[in-house]
Amino acid sequence: MRRYLIAGLAIALVAAVVVWLLVVAVPRWYAEPPAEPPAEAGPAPEPGETRKIHATLYFVSPGGLRLVAVEREVPYGEGLAEQARRIVEAQIGDAPAPYAAPFPAGTSMRALFVTDRGDAFVDLSREASSRHPGGSLAETLTVYALVNALTVNLPAVSAVQILVDGQEVDTLAGHIDLRQPLPRNLRWVENPDAPVQQ
Amino acid sequence: MLVAATLAAAAAAVAAPVALQTSSTAQSAAPYTLVTREGRRALAVARSNGQDMFRLDELAAVFGLTVREDTLAGGLTISLDGRTIVMSPGRNLASVGGRLISLPAPAVREDGAWLVPVDFVSRALGPLSATRIDLRKPSRLVIVGDLTVPRVDVRLDAEDAARARLTFEVSPATPHTVTLESGRLVVSFEADAVDPRLGTIRRGPLVAGVTPEAAAPAVAVELGPAFASYRAVDVEGGAGAERFVIEVVGTAPATPPGAPPDPPGPEAAPLIALAPSGDLRAIAIDPGHGGAEDGACGANGTLEKDVTLAVARRLESAIGRRLGIRVILTRDGDETVALDERAERANNNKADLFISLHANASTARAAAGAEVFHLGLEEYGGEAERASRASGVALPVFGGGTRDIEMIPWELAQARYFDRSAALAGMVEEELRQRVPMSPRALQQGPFRVLVGANMPAIVVEMGFLTNPDEARALTSEPFQNAVVQALLEGIIRFRDAARRD
Repeated sequence: MRRYLIAGLAIALVAAVVVWLLVVAVPRWYAEPPAEPPAEAGPAPEPGETRKIHATLYFVSPGGLRLVAVEREVPYGEGLAEQARRIVEAQIGDAPAPYAAPFPAGTSMRALFVTDRGDAFVDLSREASSRHPGGSLAETLTVYALVNALTVNLPAVSAVQILVDGQEVDTLAGHIDLRQPLPRNLRWVENPDAPVQQ
Repeated sequence: MLVAATLAAAAAAVAAPVALQTSSTAQSAAPYTLVTREGRRALAVARSNGQDMFRLDELAAVFGLTVREDTLAGGLTISLDGRTIVMSPGRNLASVGGRLISLPAPAVREDGAWLVPVDFVSRALGPLSATRIDLRKPSRLVIVGDLTVPRVDVRLDAEDAARARLTFEVSPATPHTVTLESGRLVVSFEADAVDPRLGTIRRGPLVAGVTPEAAAPAVAVELGPAFASYRAVDVEGGAGAERFVIEVVGTAPATPPGAPPDPPGPEAAPLIALAPSGDLRAIAIDPGHGGAEDGACGANGTLEKDVTLAVARRLESAIGRRLGIRVILTRDGDETVALDERAERANNNKADLFISLHANASTARAAAGAEVFHLGLEEYGGEAERASRASGVALPVFGGGTRDIEMIPWELAQARYFDRSAALAGMVEEELRQRVPMSPRALQQGPFRVLVGANMPAIVVEMGFLTNPDEARALTSEPFQNAVVQALLEGIIRFRDAARRD
């Protein structure tokens, strides 16, 4: 009997938290650009429902010289690595107009691991390198779009190392050193504190 | 400690290199030398898929490792003193005492023997054993324990029948002595071993060659038949200098034939005038990409590698004409040159500046303007910061569970030049701004791979965007290329003059 009582109380508590999140927290996220990344605070998943979180992704500005922070909906992922995979998949995909995608078309994610030190290893398909247009700037924007997408949205990720086709690589196209995990760098971002709402 | 004891036994017992059986896929390569406090021994190297690999059974014998193979899962468990490394074939990630590290290639099994990338010893074994293990790929050394192994770069600057000048650069600075022993000058260092980088020294009448000593931490200068005397000059800092010069004097007259020989003595004028430290003696110009690597491709089909080489050659001749400074091109043709090799060519030729030429690309056709980049400190975290503060090139400290990355201080030669590279970048950017269109943010820093190993102030110059049709046309035109060359030349002169004033 007592056990049922405790279970009942627990369910009530969870329900209260969910209601609070839906009524208070979520509208708050919509109301203003999130200063804090929302991924961590994401509510518990409910079976059968495709949950979304809001994440800040980085695309190339129409002028081609900067990254633009854009807030997008990304599928919810259970656990850190899974959420990181969902964010990477969205980041290497198509860009919303009027922006350009920082990754070459056809790039896919092969694997992703996060170490207990917070280094994320993102293994991309060979297109990330073989189809890259080259140029220091384009390569810098490619690398930091991904590094920032993970480190900004997932505070548990402190640095990101890009692998290609399962291998550690020197660079994607001959410029940016990829031999160690790179920390976040918002110098390339036009609007780091005020993501464009999509 | 178990490792030390095992190493002592291994080093004492094994004198000759262990021969590696070559198979159809694995080819043998030059061995590495394992340097421990107890002595040296060879570590056989096999080439597999373009990677240098050590045999795991040989490492197990040397380091006292226990290797277990999980036949069901196909994994490898390597243990030492109760701590383990777990490797999965086909994956270049390994778990070292529970921490994930990345390796350049997975472990492979060839002819019944497991091969692991050479980086395994520094990235996996070092942290596992809490012993410092330093892997020096260019000189093929594995240094175990807290040993002093200075890097010794030797170059022959000038030689004719009368005199030759050998410059030694030692990092970290290590006391040395020079002795003349039966036709050789032996330069001995107060160290456990030396890491000699001798480059190519042409055989001449005074200096027949420079060779490392097998049994001692020393480098020997083999003297030629014309040798008469020598003089050691400490350029700065006395016997513990990080840079010193040995002048070898010959029996042949220095003056035109017929004049009486001028016996060298302490009162003689300097044989070769040493330039003041601020002066530039050599400049490395790095035409970006080349060979199999086209770099960016212009709207009109222009390839970055062709533009960079054309501008590099113009700059080479302008520097020769205007400044009379030696120029090293890191490539002088359409050849593929690895990024490390480019910095290495500049280092081996003792270039005082490194300028890497590139043309940019963007997803937007509108993107335009030149940009100048230098290496940023923040991308390399604490390692670089420590290296940049060290007075010499700090020896790497491995082990103790710290993050084991290949970016160890001695390899991050550029760390000592962050400030000067930033100054050079600023001057070049200002000179470019007066002559060619610039991007809105023309002065930037980033983790540029080609700059990391450069042991001198170094910058990347992106001359313009090949993806912009107007700039693609300009980049191939003579007026634009000359404008870039002029800007670089003025930037170099300003940098030299500022260094002279300091």
